[in-house]
Amino acid sequence: MADYDPYQFLVVFLVVAVLFALFPLALARLWAKKFSPQKPGAQKNAVYECGLESKGSAAIQFKSEYYLYGIIFLIFDVEALFLFPFAVAFLKLPPGASVAMLVFILLLAEGLAWAWMKGVLSWK
Amino acid sequence: MEVAAAPGVDEGLRSELSKQGIFTVKLQDIYNWGRKNSIWPLQFGLACCAIEMIAASMARYDLARFGAEVFRPSPRQADLMIVAGTVTKKMAPQVVRLYNQMPEPKYVIAMGACAISGGPFKQGYNVLKGIDRYIPVDVHIPGCPPRPEALMHAFMTLQRKIGEQTFAGPGRPRHLDPEAPSEFPVPGLGEDDIVPAKNEQVWEAPVMVRG
Repeated sequence: MADYDPYQFLVVFLVVAVLFALFPLALARLWAKKFSPQKPGAQKNAVYECGLESKGSAAIQFKSEYYLYGIIFLIFDVEALFLFPFAVAFLKLPPGASVAMLVFILLLAEGLAWAWMKGVLSWK
Repeated sequence: MEVAAAPGVDEGLRSELSKQGIFTVKLQDIYNWGRKNSIWPLQFGLACCAIEMIAASMARYDLARFGAEVFRPSPRQADLMIVAGTVTKKMAPQVVRLYNQMPEPKYVIAMGACAISGGPFKQGYNVLKGIDRYIPVDVHIPGCPPRPEALMHAFMTLQRKIGEQTFAGPGRPRHLDPEAPSEFPVPGLGEDDIVPAKNEQVWEAPVMVRG
């Protein structure tokens, strides 16, 4: 048996794989060149493909303030979710749990007060 | 099975070869065979005919048997536009623009009375009296709405039409013709009506002969 590198077949594999991908593309290009001429046009090359003409520019400015507003909403939404099991098990909980929950709520209330002071809640 | 480009093979040799399990075929024929069995329609419904088109693509009528089940939501990937339903004058520019955005080779089936002539709205003010005024239509289907079987018949008619197209000469499809236009003028909304009222290249008014 001849001497060969065990990884040689990987190289062969790589070359065949690249050719396998490129050959149909080249064939299609040749076909287009020989038989089927390309006919680009303004509408054919248009970006938008819903039949309507796009209006204005896609590079517009929009307010990023909304995202702060949205994040605060999300935080309090999740807070309400945590409060429900707390409320259900309220009578069976030790006093320490109530204190922990109070700290949790106060922390978030402090965050709300901070956002309020920063003027996030007023829509400009 | 072997396939060979054999335009010069005479009939006797061809039948002799086919007895041995070798089929000879023209390159043109196998090209058309591939094209006509993989027509991808544009997913584009305008009115009630679209419901019949949807029914035709579903399990009961099963358009997949004709290789045409892949409805494409983008004109860039579609071969066939089925104008399924009433084309209002407001919608006509969009239809033509979508047609222009489809790559060659492209075909059009005008489905239903509205798409071919305006149908029951022909006397109205806001419905186009046939989409063939703006784009070249290959198959017209009458009916209001046509049954899925009628759409299938149109598909088979279109397949037959594609099968008969040649590589060169007057019978060649438009994408093989360097002179053929790839875009058709899009009508716009004018003061009273859409302008232009028709595309002279694809449609001419029928001459009425009074007996």
